Order: sequence, then structure tokens, then C-alpha cells
Amino acid sequence: MILEILGLLLQAIGVFFLVAAIVGVLRFADPLQRMHASAKAGTVGGGFVLLGVMVEMGRLDVTLIGLATIAFLFLTVPIAGHLLGRATYVSGARLDGLTGGDALEGVLERSRVPLEERLAEGAEAPQDKR
Amino acid sequence: MSAGFLAHAHTFLLGVVVVVLALTGWRLVTGRTLVDRIIALDMLTGVAVAIAGFITAATGRREFLDVGFGTALTAFIGVVALSAFVERKGRRQK
Repeated sequence: MILEILGLLLQAIGVFFLVAAIVGVLRFADPLQRMHASAKAGTVGGGFVLLGVMVEMGRLDVTLIGLATIAFLFLTVPIAGHLLGRATYVSGARLDGLTGGDALEGVLERSRVPLEERLAEGAEAPQDKR
Repeated sequence: MSAGFLAHAHTFLLGVVVVVLALTGWRLVTGRTLVDRIIALDMLTGVAVAIAGFITAATGRREFLDVGFGTALTAFIGVVALSAFVERKGRRQK
């Protein structure tokens, strides 16, 4: 009984983090900030829900596959976030929420025009193939 | 009485997660930019794992956690492939 309530509490914490993540994804100013919300809060939310399920059920097979899933999430989400953030910066996304200077200026080559505008004008006039 | 309370709490939490899933899908369809759609796909990883966990708790079958693991794996590969595409496409200057 006490384990069920503890598991339910952990699941509620995870759902809270998921709600915070989707609010961040919908409300933040530029793609890098939205990625910050989805990657961190989303991972923590899913991990807490899995922890709650493991505590509530208290079975060995559930605990093992749940721990494997949490470890997999914590290993892969930073890699995906790094690659996606680098691609976002390089492709010239608008950084509306930037305060202070651009710390990566001169470090990474960055396109001046955002990708969507180039794709839109590429649809009208065919570009040279490379 | 208390067991009924616990069951209702599970249903409520699952309903909240389904609302989050609907908002993520809305963002995935009508994203402001291409990168925002990929971010919504990344967000879908955590939501899918949470829903798999809730269904495991509701049915008592361990196989749904395997489904969550596979979904996380597929979403990771998809995000990596799509971000490689965006980086290659975005680097090309005129």
C-alpha cells in the first residue's frame, strides 16, 4: 500500500515534468530554448514515470527493463540534443531569445539566412546542383 | 475505497499525459520551422515512454515496457538522421 502511494507520487512528479516540457516547447522564443525544454524536462518526466511504475509493481523483470530504458534515455537524449542543436545553429535559425553575445560566432560556420527562407526561395527558382 | 482512489489517480495522470501527447502532435504537424518539428519528435520520446509505463501499470504486462524501449530507440535514430539532414542542407551557401 505504501509502495503504491510512493509510486503514484513519483508518477505524478513525472507527469508534472512532462507538462512543464510541453509548456516550454510551446511558449519559448527560439528553437534552441525549445530544445532545452523538450530534452531535459521530457527525459526527466519519462524517467520519473518509469521509476514510479517500477516502485508500484515491484517485480524483477519490470525493474530490469525499466532501468535499462532509463539508462538508454540518459545516454541517447544528450547525443540527439547535441546534434540537433548544432544543426540548428549551423542552418541559421533565428535566435530571438539570445541575451548577450553569440558565443559561437567565429567558432562554427553559420548560414546568414534561415533554412526555411532558403527552402522557400529554392522552390521558386531551381538552384544549381552540387 | 482507497483502491478506487488509486485507480482514479492513474486514470487522471494518463489523461494529462494524453493531453501532452496531443499538444506534441499538434506541434509536430504545425511546427513553426523544420527544426521545431524535430524537437516535437524528440519530445515524443519521453511521452511515449511515460504512456508505455502507465499501460504497464494498468495491465500488469511487462511487454509494454519493451514497446517503450523500442519507441525510444526509434525516435533517437530518427532525430539523429533528421538533424544530420538539416545540418547538411543548412550549410550549403549560395
